[in-house]
Amino acid sequence: MPALPGLRRYLSVLAALAVLTAAAVLLQAEGLATLLTGGGVSSFLVVALLGRVALTWSHGVLSGRFAAAVRGGLRRRLLGSSPERAGVVATQVTRGVDATDSYLTGYLPSLVVSVVVPIAVVVRLFTTDLVSALVVTATLPLIPVFAILVGKHTAARTSRQWSLLLKLGGHFLDVVRGLGTLRVFGRASAQASTVRSMAAAHADATLKTLRVAFLSSLVLELVATMSVALVAVPIGFRLLSGSLDARTALLVLVLAPEAYLPLRAAGAKFHAAAEGLTALREALAVPVVSSRTAVVTRRRGAPSIVFERVSVRYAGVPALSEVDFSLPSGSRVALTGPSGSGKSTVLAVLLGFVPPSSGRVLVDGVDLRSLSPSDWLADVAWVPQRPTLFRESLASNISLGSAADVPAAARAAALDSVAAGLPAGFDTPVGELGEVLSAGQRQRVGLARALARTSAGLVLLDEPTARLDSRTESAVLSATRRLLPGRTAVLVAHRPAMLSLADRVIELRDGRVGAEVAA
Amino acid sequence: MSIWALSTRDVLRLLRAALFGAGAELAALALMATAAWLLLRAAERPPLGALTVAIVGVRTLALLRGGLRYAERLAGHEVVLRWLGALRTRVYQALVPGSGLSGGDLVTRLVSDVDALQDAVLRWLLPAGVAALVAVVAVGVTATASIGAAGALAGGLLVAGVLLPWLVARITRRAAREDAPKRAELAERAVELVTGHRELVAAGALDDHRDRATAVVDRLARNERTVSCKVAAAAAAGTLVQLVTTVAVALLCHASVPWTAALTLAALTTFEVVLPLIGAARRVPEIRASAARVKAVLETPAPARGTRKVQSGHFRLDRAGVRYPGRVPALQHIDLDLPPGRRVGILGPSGAGKTTLLRLLLGSETPTDGQVLLDGHPLTDYADLPTLISGAEADAHVFHTTVRENLLLAKPDATDAELAEACATAGFDLALDRDTGPDGDALSGGQRQRLILARAVLAAPKVLVLDEPVEGLDPAHGDAVLANVLAKARGSVVLVTHRPEHLAGFDEVLTLEDGRALPASAAGPRPARP
Repeated sequence: MPALPGLRRYLSVLAALAVLTAAAVLLQAEGLATLLTGGGVSSFLVVALLGRVALTWSHGVLSGRFAAAVRGGLRRRLLGSSPERAGVVATQVTRGVDATDSYLTGYLPSLVVSVVVPIAVVVRLFTTDLVSALVVTATLPLIPVFAILVGKHTAARTSRQWSLLLKLGGHFLDVVRGLGTLRVFGRASAQASTVRSMAAAHADATLKTLRVAFLSSLVLELVATMSVALVAVPIGFRLLSGSLDARTALLVLVLAPEAYLPLRAAGAKFHAAAEGLTALREALAVPVVSSRTAVVTRRRGAPSIVFERVSVRYAGVPALSEVDFSLPSGSRVALTGPSGSGKSTVLAVLLGFVPPSSGRVLVDGVDLRSLSPSDWLADVAWVPQRPTLFRESLASNISLGSAADVPAAARAAALDSVAAGLPAGFDTPVGELGEVLSAGQRQRVGLARALARTSAGLVLLDEPTARLDSRTESAVLSATRRLLPGRTAVLVAHRPAMLSLADRVIELRDGRVGAEVAA
Repeated sequence: MSIWALSTRDVLRLLRAALFGAGAELAALALMATAAWLLLRAAERPPLGALTVAIVGVRTLALLRGGLRYAERLAGHEVVLRWLGALRTRVYQALVPGSGLSGGDLVTRLVSDVDALQDAVLRWLLPAGVAALVAVVAVGVTATASIGAAGALAGGLLVAGVLLPWLVARITRRAAREDAPKRAELAERAVELVTGHRELVAAGALDDHRDRATAVVDRLARNERTVSCKVAAAAAAGTLVQLVTTVAVALLCHASVPWTAALTLAALTTFEVVLPLIGAARRVPEIRASAARVKAVLETPAPARGTRKVQSGHFRLDRAGVRYPGRVPALQHIDLDLPPGRRVGILGPSGAGKTTLLRLLLGSETPTDGQVLLDGHPLTDYADLPTLISGAEADAHVFHTTVRENLLLAKPDATDAELAEACATAGFDLALDRDTGPDGDALSGGQRQRLILARAVLAAPKVLVLDEPVEGLDPAHGDAVLANVLAKARGSVVLVTHRPEHLAGFDEVLTLEDGRALPASAAGPRPARP
């Protein structure tokens, strides 16, 4: 069971409720026995009735609250996560988290009840009628024992069939996903009969496993009903001989099934709960971004930067190998090289997002790792390769929460004409899903963000003009040229116009410094 | 077309499952009733002979219940699995002629929607049918002893089995409708926080943005709590109705003591069949939404199929463009002449519209502006476009089967020698019987890419389209593979790449940016070969 905040408290409250439920079950049996032997409605019955209603309600409310809290926690966790594919987080944060419900509100509560109530019933039976109590005590453990035995047998059988089932069951998803490819080769219609035959084969294979899998519930049902028969018939004979009174007999009859009922309820919820548990584990397995903490602050202004034999590995694969270079304060270097040569990694190291696996980066002589990240980043203006648009107005997307001169930054990034063409100008909502802006316009938003940070001492530009036409490129270049004086700059660039802004060019190849030339 | 379309065999199977289920529940009911009757009759000390039938009955019913329940579950699953197979086929057939779903998430969702409909049968239709059958029998039998008790039972069952589930379905439906925009916002903000994490950290705006997303999470949690309180109240009401009805049956029934006890316990047990419907009703809105989405797919009218046969294969794009409502145009004003044998390269940054242009040629996308013509006719006029143009798309799918089956898609009657030759050309060197795993997961990225390329080579169409075919391969190896493939190509080639050096010897190079073709001079200088 995964560790969840508040789980222990939830389980203990559930246990307390289960004890009360057991008491209500016992009282209800007393009341019913009295009622059915002609004793009328007793106070036991009224209390039991009210108690059961109240307990049903509190169970629902409690499990609902806990599930809402857990799902809220999972969602918050996912908001700070870094999954392999960013797209999956959209599904996971909504439907994925919903799927945990069957486990949290269905299975867990019934599991707790299925432990407490049978024990209470058996204890009561021992004080009422020894023979019946022994019958129930002897048969009750058969249920979990048989469930486990049958479960093991099923597991062995299904694991043999598992890959077949997975393949047959997944076939539909496979062909629907590949429909585009099938169409390209003119094979789409021909696959319809395969869909039918695979579905039939899947049904056959599944039914074959179910025949075994359902045996466990068959055993459960049989044990439960047979023991009612085992209890009832001998009691009937004892009543006939006069050695037992009718009320006691009826009490035993009403109580006996109550010992099996919770186990059957938990068993019925087991299958759905397994899916819920999987969903829960998946949500907890997504890695969470950890943040760096360091406290050293530095004086603002154009920094001097030194890379000392910096190497970076991603999952064991080297991205940078022993990179050495130094940037005096106020200098501008351009990084070139084919894609995958480590240019963006150099920027990620400078931003502190990727720690060097060996070597170090010195900022004004201080190791970057000891600098407070927020203080350091406040002095950096960065244009990433593909800027993200947030669900805000265009103006907020440029300022990103700072008190920047948005129109001036937009003008410098040649974005003012774009804003003028939007329905609500700078107040037009933009975002990742809307695609109101083109790839080139998005690039200019990223540039405007950097240009808005007029006080930054270090400028990092990752191919800022890659998606721009030549007219926009020259506008952006002149804005960049105005931005650079008095700052240290690293420009990742291909185009000659951009390279001309740099004092020198460093060429990266396969994560190593290839050649260094003055521009 | 209704999504529920059941064949006669399905109906019979469903009926059989419902009868098994009702039989199992009635056996449980009868077991409690007979046992109660047996005990209270025995307390009256009759001769043993008066009890024999009841004793045998108790033992038989105890066995019957388990057996029937087992039969019901198997029969229920059988009807659902068979029906699901038919539904999958119908959904697939409805998808074939359309332009297809865009986005992997939508596809996955549709498939899980189709699968979710089995829950509609197994967790709703069948239990509700069984509950109705059991309720009718229970009320009928009670009516033979006392009309008043039967009336009370019928009333109680209607409240617990119809009114309360309806209320719960209504509550959850309303909540789902209110939450929908918040959930969409949460999904969008979550994606932004994940993709834009570094930018937000760099801008010092992370906390601010995360707080806004967290506010949505808290709002949803508040709504979830409210709904669960209401549903809990409905469940509690169900318990109340069960117990009050049971007591009412006991008090209203003026039959003998054993007979009254039997009917009372039967009433109590009947509710055990009906009460689960209240909880199950929570899923009704979800199932209805799934059904609606599947229905929309089934009801999409199929576009008219063309009848023309392809001739020479001369493509021409005349100011062709693609725009989706509310978005920037994906492609606009594209002119391209592609007579047989011509080789055209397409360059441009990602998002520039290169893949959309290929989709226009393949007929997977229809132009919203301008025209795409093949020998002077729109592509939709043709019945056999795939015989003329195919290749390796950027999002080409590798099916979960063997390498051989994946290749044979391109040419179903190919011999092993032909397969081997195509593999050699594409530099693919795994055994033909090798399992590919789901979407080629069992292959490395490079092998997967080369398998897709081998498939395109095997197809050997008159017009070969290749979308970044050696992306992800080691550059030197990729260049060699591509050169092999191009050397083998007999007809026209349209190659999308981001490496201009791949386009040596091509007749024309089209550079796209933001969905437009750049004039040849603005395409920028080609970097020298490394």
